Amino acid sequence: MPCYDEMRESDGVRAPYRLVHEWLAKAPQAELELRRKEAELLFRRIGITFAVYTEGGDPERLIPFDVVPRVISRGDWGRVAEGLEQRVRALNAFLHDVYHGQEILRAKRIPEAIVLGNPLLRPEMFGFDPPGGVYNHVSGIDLVRVGPDEFYVLEDNCRTPSGVSYMLENREAMLRIVPELVSSHRIAPISHYPEELFDILRSVAPSACRGNPCVVLLTPGSYNSAYYEHSFLADEMGIELVEGADLFVEDARVYMRTTEGPKRVDVIYRRIDDEYLDPRAFREDSMLGVPGLFAAYRAGNVALANAVGTGIADDKGIYPYVPEMIRFYLGEEPRLPNVETWRCADPQDLTYVLERLPELVVKQTRGSGGYGMLIGPAASRAELDEFSARLRAQPADYIAQPTLALSTCPTLVDAGIAPRHVDLRPFVLQGGHEIRIVPGGLTRVALREGSLVVNSSQGGGTKDTWVLEA
Amino acid sequence: MLSRTADGLYWLARYMERAENVARILSAGQRIASLTRTVGSEGNEWESTLVAAGCAEGYRDKHGEVTAGGVVDFLVRDPDNPSSVLSCLETARRNARAVRTALTADMWETLNDTWLELRTFESFEGAGGERILRLLEWVKHRSLLFNGAYANTMLRNDAYYFTQLGTFLERADNTARILDVKYHVLLPKSEAVGGPLDYCQWESILRAVSALRAYHWVYHARLAPWMIAELLILRPEMPRSLCACYAQITRHLELLTEAYGGRRGECHRRAGEIHARLRYGRIDAIMQSGLHEFLTEIVDDGIALGRDVGELYLLG
Repeated sequence: MPCYDEMRESDGVRAPYRLVHEWLAKAPQAELELRRKEAELLFRRIGITFAVYTEGGDPERLIPFDVVPRVISRGDWGRVAEGLEQRVRALNAFLHDVYHGQEILRAKRIPEAIVLGNPLLRPEMFGFDPPGGVYNHVSGIDLVRVGPDEFYVLEDNCRTPSGVSYMLENREAMLRIVPELVSSHRIAPISHYPEELFDILRSVAPSACRGNPCVVLLTPGSYNSAYYEHSFLADEMGIELVEGADLFVEDARVYMRTTEGPKRVDVIYRRIDDEYLDPRAFREDSMLGVPGLFAAYRAGNVALANAVGTGIADDKGIYPYVPEMIRFYLGEEPRLPNVETWRCADPQDLTYVLERLPELVVKQTRGSGGYGMLIGPAASRAELDEFSARLRAQPADYIAQPTLALSTCPTLVDAGIAPRHVDLRPFVLQGGHEIRIVPGGLTRVALREGSLVVNSSQGGGTKDTWVLEA
Repeated sequence: MLSRTADGLYWLARYMERAENVARILSAGQRIASLTRTVGSEGNEWESTLVAAGCAEGYRDKHGEVTAGGVVDFLVRDPDNPSSVLSCLETARRNARAVRTALTADMWETLNDTWLELRTFESFEGAGGERILRLLEWVKHRSLLFNGAYANTMLRNDAYYFTQLGTFLERADNTARILDVKYHVLLPKSEAVGGPLDYCQWESILRAVSALRAYHWVYHARLAPWMIAELLILRPEMPRSLCACYAQITRHLELLTEAYGGRRGECHRRAGEIHARLRYGRIDAIMQSGLHEFLTEIVDDGIALGRDVGELYLLG
């Protein structure tokens, strides 16, 4: 499949990659290998690992790191950033609307059934105003590029998106292992992300909070696959990293257990899913949560970031309607387009999808991490048959999209430097007053030749992402 | 700070200290086992090594018969033994990971490197004494490195005080146990004998706490049991003596009180009381009223003190 290479064009090298290309041409393969090993050693020593729950193997695995940076020009980034801001604003407006007047449903711009019948909708949130009116404080918007000016949104992550620590540590690694290459470019800095996040979190403290709000990061604990990230962010922001058992609720107020006795908590950046937040409000068997937390939240005594119930905005079944949200709430045309999507719940769409299955990508609406998906062009006859049967049995659980020719970037592989497919997850921060985006994001790369699956759980790696300032 | 963080730091320090202590006890035990063979005595060195390491009961449940190979494996490697050197290092790192934000970068790197290296060691089954001694040396070095890393890089605040409490409570417990296992060879009646076996027993006690040289510097005399006991119980200048450990414990408890606006509890009273016993005790009086009884009481009081610290600070 022909696809857009971010470094090479037919008659040469694209401008943003000029110096990277020169560097690659000069550096012998062995040298690059050495750099990659240095980076891995660095990650291993710092302990930047993630857990994969499979039998045997290394319980603390490294995500492969590629030493060739991904470069984005200033102009391209500017357009992307405007689109991201617009999208995140619309998603927030949608969340507010869904939990209040449901105007968009009454205007029939989104079918009622996929919102009201959606298990991700949290009726507990109806009529509630979260502090600052913010729902998705941190959003990870997954983008793919297919041409010079064509970025598409592949999916939205409005619950507890992760990966930002890799974005930050990848830059640190590059500064250590290829300092000359870094300093020969003018790259937009990203290291202030934790400060921006802290500002955002402070800005949504409950209005009753006097003085400096006490902000904490709530983690499921050291066995969680993203634990490194949780500890990294807490550390960088200088806030306590708490587990459920460190917090308790009294008189609808949240406190943490400290060596000096109980201390009041105002804002919780939680990296625990809704279902596990509070055994009294949600799943009773949750050992990770804090009994009474949701009541304290509803009483307006504590802020949660992200808000409860944001899953309804990033559901794959809702995704096709995000452009509609942008038009409806903002009165603007979407700057970042969606990928064309067929909802198998719709009989017409289903018929089309079944006919064209070998060309399409099929995803489960509730799936994540690259599991439970079919890539038509790469699938065997048996896999296609199996998916057809599944689609007929449970059409509402699936959406389908054309197989996109994801852009490629030069990547170090066993055979040398070769193009590999990439995506991009920028992190968008939204506070009580404004939206902030640190330039770039996390680039994930499919290390296997021809593969379009970039998820780390499926053998994907990461790259440092450079947005050029000049 | 979070109670759980304080708890993690405290146990992290305790387990690093314990790893070092078990390694020291074991090296001393190995040495004396090979020496007793040359002086022609059977002895039950391995038994007392287990007791000193606080692992006798666990060993009996698992193995029954005490053999050199069994004891070494149980104390060095056995994952079922929570006090084996490797288990201690694993637990220390697990605690460290859970409270990473409270560690300095140097502390974390020291601990993580230790753990990474640990995983490259192969099985010790049938390994020669030489390889085991090398491993024990390595453990000692890693623990010393950790102590240096935290002493030199941590802010002097509550996090540091809790780490120190862990180190010194564990060390006091260890010194008391080593002495107690051997109390019989320190009793006056064996002084008259003073044969080569006694001498090497005394030496092994001092070696287990790295105090052989210190002894000579302090006393300028041949080894004598009551002076050994005095050095390890009452001498404030000996860094692994009970008195020195409790001086640090009371000091850091006081610093916590200061940091927390005067808040104090039973742990302060108990630590002060134990310290006073050591600070103003006399060795002849201790010997007369029973060395074993004295040490048992210190060990038990130390355990109670650990509980008190937990109640006031660590359990929230």
